[in-house]
Amino acid sequence: MEVELRNITKRFGDLVANDEVSLTIQPGKILGLLGENGAGKTTMMNVLYGLYSADGGEIFVDGKPASFASPKDAIAAGIGMVHQHFMLVPVFTVAENVVLGVEPTGALDRLDLKRAREQVRDIGAEYGLEVDPDALIEDIPVGLQQRVEIIKTLFRSAEIVIFDEPTAVLTPQEVKEFFQIVRSLRDAGKGIVFITHKLGEIIELTDHVKVLRGGRVVGEGDPKIMSQVELAELMVGRPVDLVVDKVAANPGKAILEVSGLKVLGEGGDVAVDNVDFDVRAGEIVGIAGVQGNGQTELIEAITGLRSVADGSISFEGEDITHHSPRQVHALRIAHIPEDRQRSGIISDFSIAENMALDSYYEDRYGRGVTLSWPQINAQSAKDVFEFDVRTPTIFNAASTLSGGNQQKLVAARELSREIKLIIASQPTRGIDVGSIEYIHQRIVAARDAGVGALIVSTELDEIMALSDRILVMYRGRIVKEFAGGGSDVTEIGMAMAGVAQ
Amino acid sequence: MTDSQTGVGSAKKYSVSELLTNPNEVDLKTLLLLPAMAFMTALFLGGVIMFVSGVDFTNIAFSYRALLVGSVGSVFALSETLVAAAPLIIAGLSVAIGFRSGLFNIGAEGQILTGGMAALAVGFSFPELSIWVHLPLSLLAGAIVGAVWGGIAGWLRAVTGAHEVISTIMLNFIALRLVDFSLKTDFFQKTGRNDPISKSVLDSALLPDLLTWIDPQLRVNAGILIAFLVVFLIGWLLFRTTIGFEFRAVGANPDAARYAGIRIGWTFTATMAVAGALGGLTGGVQVLGVLERASPGFSSGIGFEAIAVALLGRAHPTGVLFAGLLFGALEAGGRQMQVDTNVGIDLITIIQSLVIVFVAAPILIKSLYPFAFREHAK
Ligand SMILES: Nc1ncnc2c1ncn2[C@@H]1O[C@H](COP(=O)(O)OP(=O)(O)OP(=O)(O)O)[C@@H](O)[C@H]1O
Ligand SMILES: [Mg+2]
Repeated sequence: MEVELRNITKRFGDLVANDEVSLTIQPGKILGLLGENGAGKTTMMNVLYGLYSADGGEIFVDGKPASFASPKDAIAAGIGMVHQHFMLVPVFTVAENVVLGVEPTGALDRLDLKRAREQVRDIGAEYGLEVDPDALIEDIPVGLQQRVEIIKTLFRSAEIVIFDEPTAVLTPQEVKEFFQIVRSLRDAGKGIVFITHKLGEIIELTDHVKVLRGGRVVGEGDPKIMSQVELAELMVGRPVDLVVDKVAANPGKAILEVSGLKVLGEGGDVAVDNVDFDVRAGEIVGIAGVQGNGQTELIEAITGLRSVADGSISFEGEDITHHSPRQVHALRIAHIPEDRQRSGIISDFSIAENMALDSYYEDRYGRGVTLSWPQINAQSAKDVFEFDVRTPTIFNAASTLSGGNQQKLVAARELSREIKLIIASQPTRGIDVGSIEYIHQRIVAARDAGVGALIVSTELDEIMALSDRILVMYRGRIVKEFAGGGSDVTEIGMAMAGVAQ
Repeated sequence: MTDSQTGVGSAKKYSVSELLTNPNEVDLKTLLLLPAMAFMTALFLGGVIMFVSGVDFTNIAFSYRALLVGSVGSVFALSETLVAAAPLIIAGLSVAIGFRSGLFNIGAEGQILTGGMAALAVGFSFPELSIWVHLPLSLLAGAIVGAVWGGIAGWLRAVTGAHEVISTIMLNFIALRLVDFSLKTDFFQKTGRNDPISKSVLDSALLPDLLTWIDPQLRVNAGILIAFLVVFLIGWLLFRTTIGFEFRAVGANPDAARYAGIRIGWTFTATMAVAGALGGLTGGVQVLGVLERASPGFSSGIGFEAIAVALLGRAHPTGVLFAGLLFGALEAGGRQMQVDTNVGIDLITIIQSLVIVFVAAPILIKSLYPFAFREHAK
C-alpha cells in the first residue's frame, strides 16, 4: 500500500505547524522524518492518523483520495501508529491488550482468548517479535511493551506503521533488536515512517529521509550517502558541533558526598546498595547503566524525594540525608527529572507558571505570600528566549509545546538560576541535535564556572561526551569507575551488562 | 542571527516582548459561553418536559415569564435573587477551591451547619458589644469552626489516605445530628421552648439590611457584599499567592508538584481548611442574615447545590459568581412561578440538573451549537 500526503497544511491558531508538506510512504521502504523540536513531525503524522484534521492538502491511498476523520478510519485503511507514550492497559495481559477492541470471538460471542494468544504468537514468530502472550503489561520492560504496540498495529492488519521517536525510551540493546524488527517489517512489504532525532539511526536504518524545519520540508535525500554533519546542518539550518567542546576539568573540593547509601525501591527491594561516591565542584560525573539498575532511586534519594534506608548524603559538608526536596532546592541544587511528562511539568499550567514551578515562593517572585506575575513573566520570557523554547507566547499551556520543547523548558527552569550542583536524569531525551548541543554547552559552561554535575543517562554517547568521570551502576551498586576522556566504550558496555572483571 | 531564528511557523523564534504578549485574554468568553449555551438548552428542554406533561403553550410561556419577572423583573425580585445567591456563591467557592486542588468537597453542608452554629453562639452571646465588633466576631467564629470541620477531612486524607468524599459525607451526618443535639441543650435552645429552636441572634450581630430604607420588604442584606468580597479574595488567593499556586499545582499534577517541593499532605489539609472556612462563613451568612436563629437542618441543601454551582462556574471565582447569581435567580423566579402558575417548583430543579448535565458534557453542547464554538475549536 502506498500513501501520499500532498501539500498538507495544519495550523494551531496563528501558528503554522505544517506548511504544505508533501511526502510519500512506499511499501517495503523506511522513510525517516527528521527535524528539530517543534518542526511539525508529530503533527504531520497525527494528521495522517486521523487525530487532527488538516487545514489544507490531500491524502491519497494507492492513488485514490482518502480522508480520515478519526484514528478508527485510519486503522481501517491499514495505517498503524506507535505513539511515544504507549497506550496499553497495565493490568491486562499482552494478548488481551493486543485484541482489545477487535477481540476474536467464538460461539455466542464468547471471547476467544486462546485464539488471541495463538495469533499473538504467530505474529511474533513472523516478524521476530517474541513476547509472552500471558505476561501482564505492568510486569514487562519498556522494550517489550513497545513490541506489544507493534503487534497491536499488525494485528489490525496495518500496511503502514508510523513510529514516533521509538528509540527514546529504549536501552542500546533494545534499540538493536528494535531495528531488526523494523527491517523485518520492511522486508514483509510494510511501509514504515520513522521519526527520530538521532542522526545515526537515520543513516543506519532508513531508505529515504525528509527533513522538516519550521513546518516545511527543507531537504531530503538518500541517507546512505549523507553524513551526520550534513543531516544536522539541514535540520537546524546552521552548522552544528556534534562533539562537546570542552577543556580538561579543573575539579575543586568534593561538594556532594554519598557514603554507604542504601535506598529501598517501590516494592521494598534494595534498589541502591551501599553506594559511595562524591562529586567535586567543577566536574561532571556521569552515571552509566541500563535503565532500572537503581539510578532512579539514587537520584530520588539525593533530591529528597525518597527516604534513605541507611548511609548518608552530604552537600558542602552539611548533612542532607533527610532534607526535603525544597530544602535541597534551596541549597542551589538543580534537578532535571527523568520523566518530564509525569514529574517535570504541569501540562495544564502556562509556560510561565511552569518556569516558576519550584521557585515561585522565592523573594525574587513576590513578597510574603503574594506572587508578582510581572516579575515571573519577565524572567520566564527571558529564560524561554535564552534556552530557545519554541513558543509564540509564555501564556500558552505547556501541553501545546512539542515534546522536545517541553524538555527544554525543564532544562531552562533548572539551569537558568544560580546553582552549585546539577543533578540531571536523561537531560536531553527527545530533543534535537541543535538543542542537545546547547544544553550540553550549558552544562559544560556551568562546570567551568565551578558547578558540579551528576548526570544519569542510558545514552552511553551522552555519558561519554559529557563526563569527566564515569561511574557504572549495575543492580544497585557502583561496579566500576572510569576516567572520562578516552575510556574504552566496550569496557564500559561490559560493566553495564554486569560482566565482572 | 541564524536562519533558524527567522523561520516561519513553529520553528520561528519569538522575541522576548512577543513572548510576553498574552493572546488568551478572551478568558471571560470561554468561561461563560459554554454555561450560557447549556442554560439555554436546559430552558428549552424544560419547556419540552412541561409540554409532555400536559402544560399547554400559553402556560409554558406564562411560566417562563413568571420565572423572569420573579428573578429580575422588579427591585423586590432582584433583592430575592441576591438573598438566594449569596450563600450559593460562597459555598460554591468552597467546593470550587477543593476542585482546584483535586479534592471533591461534598462536605459544604456539614461545614455550613457547624459554622452556622458557631456564628449563632457568638451572635446570641455578648449583648454588650457594638456591631463593629460583634458581627465580624460572629462571622469569624463561623469561618474558624468550618475550617476545623473541613480541615479534619483534609488532614485525614493527608495522613491516612482516607478519601475526602467518604469523610466529608460522614462529617455531614455528624454535623446534622450535632445540630439536633445542640438545639436541645440549654445553651442553644430558646428559653421556654420545648421544640428544637435556638435563641435568636442579637441585633448587634445581624447582617444589616441594605435596602429597607426603600421598602421594608426588601430582604437583601450585607451577605451579598460578603459574597462579592469572597469572590475577590478567593480569586486573589488562587491566582496571586503562593498558597493558591500550590493548590493549583497539586490539583493539576501532584507528581510534578511533589518534585517541585510542594508538600502534598499539607496542601490537602490547607485546601480543606479554606474550603471549610468558606462553608462555615456560608453558615454564618445564612444565620446572621436570613434565618436569625437555627432550627434542625437549617442548611437546607445549600451545600449540595453549591456543588452544582461550582461545576457550572468551572471552579473559577468569576464563573462561580455568575453561576451563583443564576441559581439564585432560578430559585427566586421559581417561587414566583409556583405562585403565578400551577407549574411546580420541581421544574426549577429539573432545569438546574439539566444545566449541570450539559456543562458536564461539553462535547454535547459543542456539537449542538458548532457555530458558537467554531473559532475555539482548534
Ligand atoms: N495542540 C496544539 N495546540 C497548539 N500548538 C500545538 C499543538 N500541538 C502542537 N503544537 C505546536 O505545533 C508545532 C509542531 O509540534 P509537533 O509536536 O508536531 O513537533 P515535533 O516535530 O513532533 O517536535 P518534537 O521533536 O519536539 O516532538 C509546535 O510549535 C507545537 O508547539
Ligand atoms: Mg514530536
